[in-house]
Amino acid sequence: MRSTTGGRSSCPLPSAPFPLSSVICRLTAELTLKAHKLGWAPYLLLLPSLAFLAIFFAAPMIQAFGLAFQNGDGEWSTVSIRTMLDDAAFWRSLRTTLLLIVLVIPIQFTLAMTMALVVNAKLKGSGLWLYIFAIPLGISELSAGIIWFAIFTERGWLNSFLEGLGIVDRPIIFLNYQEPLLILLAIVLAEAWRATSIIMIILVAGLQSIPKDYLEAADMLGATTWQKIWRVILPLLRPSIQVALILRTILAFQVFATVIALAGRGLTTLSAESYRWYGDLQNSNVAAAYASLILLLSVISTLFFLWLVPANQDRV
Amino acid sequence: MTRDIFETRSVTRRGVVKAGAGIAGAAALAPLAGGRASVRARQDGGGDIVFLSTQLTPIEEAEAFRGEVLSGFEGEVEFVPEEIGPFNDRVSAEAEAGTGEVSLIGGQHGDFGSLAEQGLLMDLTDLATELADLGIVEEYLDLGKFGGEQQFYIPWMQATYVMAARREALEYLPEGLTEETLSTDLTYDQLLAWITAINEAEGPRFGLPAGESGLLHRFFQGYGYPSFTGALNTQFTSEGAVAMWQWLQGAWAVANPQSLSYDQMSEPLRSGEVWVAWDHTARLIDAARNSPDDIVMFPAPRGPEGLGFLPVVAGLAIPASAPNVEGARALIRYLTMPETQALTLEQVAFFPVIEGELPGDLGEGIQKEAGAVAATTEDEQALPSLLPVGLGDQGGAYNEVFRNVFQRAVVDQGDIQEALQTEAVALQEILDATGASCWTPDPESEGVCQVG
Repeated sequence: MRSTTGGRSSCPLPSAPFPLSSVICRLTAELTLKAHKLGWAPYLLLLPSLAFLAIFFAAPMIQAFGLAFQNGDGEWSTVSIRTMLDDAAFWRSLRTTLLLIVLVIPIQFTLAMTMALVVNAKLKGSGLWLYIFAIPLGISELSAGIIWFAIFTERGWLNSFLEGLGIVDRPIIFLNYQEPLLILLAIVLAEAWRATSIIMIILVAGLQSIPKDYLEAADMLGATTWQKIWRVILPLLRPSIQVALILRTILAFQVFATVIALAGRGLTTLSAESYRWYGDLQNSNVAAAYASLILLLSVISTLFFLWLVPANQDRV
Repeated sequence: MTRDIFETRSVTRRGVVKAGAGIAGAAALAPLAGGRASVRARQDGGGDIVFLSTQLTPIEEAEAFRGEVLSGFEGEVEFVPEEIGPFNDRVSAEAEAGTGEVSLIGGQHGDFGSLAEQGLLMDLTDLATELADLGIVEEYLDLGKFGGEQQFYIPWMQATYVMAARREALEYLPEGLTEETLSTDLTYDQLLAWITAINEAEGPRFGLPAGESGLLHRFFQGYGYPSFTGALNTQFTSEGAVAMWQWLQGAWAVANPQSLSYDQMSEPLRSGEVWVAWDHTARLIDAARNSPDDIVMFPAPRGPEGLGFLPVVAGLAIPASAPNVEGARALIRYLTMPETQALTLEQVAFFPVIEGELPGDLGEGIQKEAGAVAATTEDEQALPSLLPVGLGDQGGAYNEVFRNVFQRAVVDQGDIQEALQTEAVALQEILDATGASCWTPDPESEGVCQVG
């Protein structure tokens, strides 16, 4: 990596063959610049949360990595990693997890953006909308899974509704393991309902921090609503979008209870396998291998979003 | 402590039959329940008692146990239901730390094996002698010794697995079977014909608890294998075993495909998603209790080798690191009292472990279930099995072998022999790793049990 003292200009452009090094380079450069201006006060203020993170996140994380590279007797070995890779459920769980992320995140993002714009439009009763949209936030993942199971199960609300309207003669079995796509769609719906509002809250906060002057200026220049969203709001919303994407993807890698509630053993995810290896098979090493993989994938996706949606866009 | 305590075969087949019959006898106790247990046990120890248990983990069971059973005990009890993994970790961690919060632990026979082996359980021999007058089934007390002299746990309650059907399913019974003869005559072939007929007329109405926390593996271990092969591990890949898995392929084809998400069968029976089901007594009781007139209960079917069934015994032990030993002993005394035993049956559908007649009035649902349990144990062809013995923390891995065969051969419709051969290797590895000798229904083995 190049010297960071020269500030941004010395960093490779994001489009360079090594996008990650560009991101890390710019981050360090900014930190160095700020340190010159403010001295060490910010770091002292950060210390308590750093200590918290170190004790409750970093230490267990390192322990988990350690466990993943040990065998049952505590000797260093790759046997746990190999057991995980050979596990019949490994590829299935990886596929489901990735598929869920690819399906859920764009849907949630579009929905959350729309909801955030509705809330921010300051229509009559917009405060009420915020509360209604935020209801699922207060519901745990498992409860959400059970609610949606009650909707989709054979004698559930959806079938009763369809039967009541005379659309179907006999209940449809939606949660049929022979139709994994149907189960997946049910999970996507449940997840979209459950976790869209967290994105919305972040986006609403971002929207409210956009100075009115910009939008007024756009109005004076005769911009249409669509142009305002595309040219003014979205670029200024980059930091919030970045945070929301990172947070949501990390949570999606951990999805667990919704899948168990809706699909049981019909579908499995990485975190469900981690739990199964720890709880049922009582092998904390292989469970740690799964957990470490989830961590690794989360880090990769975080770096990907840092590169894809840089928070500080130079041309704005 | 060494592994030796597991080398001795702890229970003979005869012993288990007698013990199994205890369920029937105990079922007769039930009626004593009537009202709440009014007798209060004397509690010598002060302070709170933390009671960690692998049993009664479903929320409804835990709530009923806290609110109706433990509330009669003089003293504060914090009941903490936990899965076996965290349960083991917590008990071992507290022992390692040298100071603990948990004073009493409850679990199945198999849950205590590795803890006893590591010397983490207190000697309860004197308490067992004191409680002998209560009429605790002797075979169950012996189980708690793991083949040695020392009493590691005190029997607490017992259960087994039966079948339940909605009344409308009876219309499709194959020729020669009636509601009455279901309890005495039903064979696996007839069951398949029955659920196939229902499927043709009404759709897939047979259900199995094949969900994440479902107990389907117990069906293979205690019902399918013993009924079709007369054994378990030693006949794992035998012709009888293939016939059993073929039967399951047939049954699965007419089973509700939502079965993979069923953890217990009460709910699907009540909603009508399932008309005929097999499950644990505690996991069927809600259906029987809520609409006793619409539900019939009967024993599992008979196979070529008999009516395989699995009596489950749960016990109470005190960890070596317990902070409130006197309190825990008082709680054991309270939980094994006839009144509390009857109350436990009434509230959570786990049957008493003490013999004797108790007067009173039980709900119709419990009576139906007790009838099915009695019909099972009294059947001439009854073939009781033990839960896995001596597997320690490999119990989950052992169950997974059976779930894997099910996944490969039945759910994914693969080749049965191929699935059995693959999993037989894993099964032998588990038995070798733990050094477990064969347990009922397998014949006694010299040394490690050999997969056949």
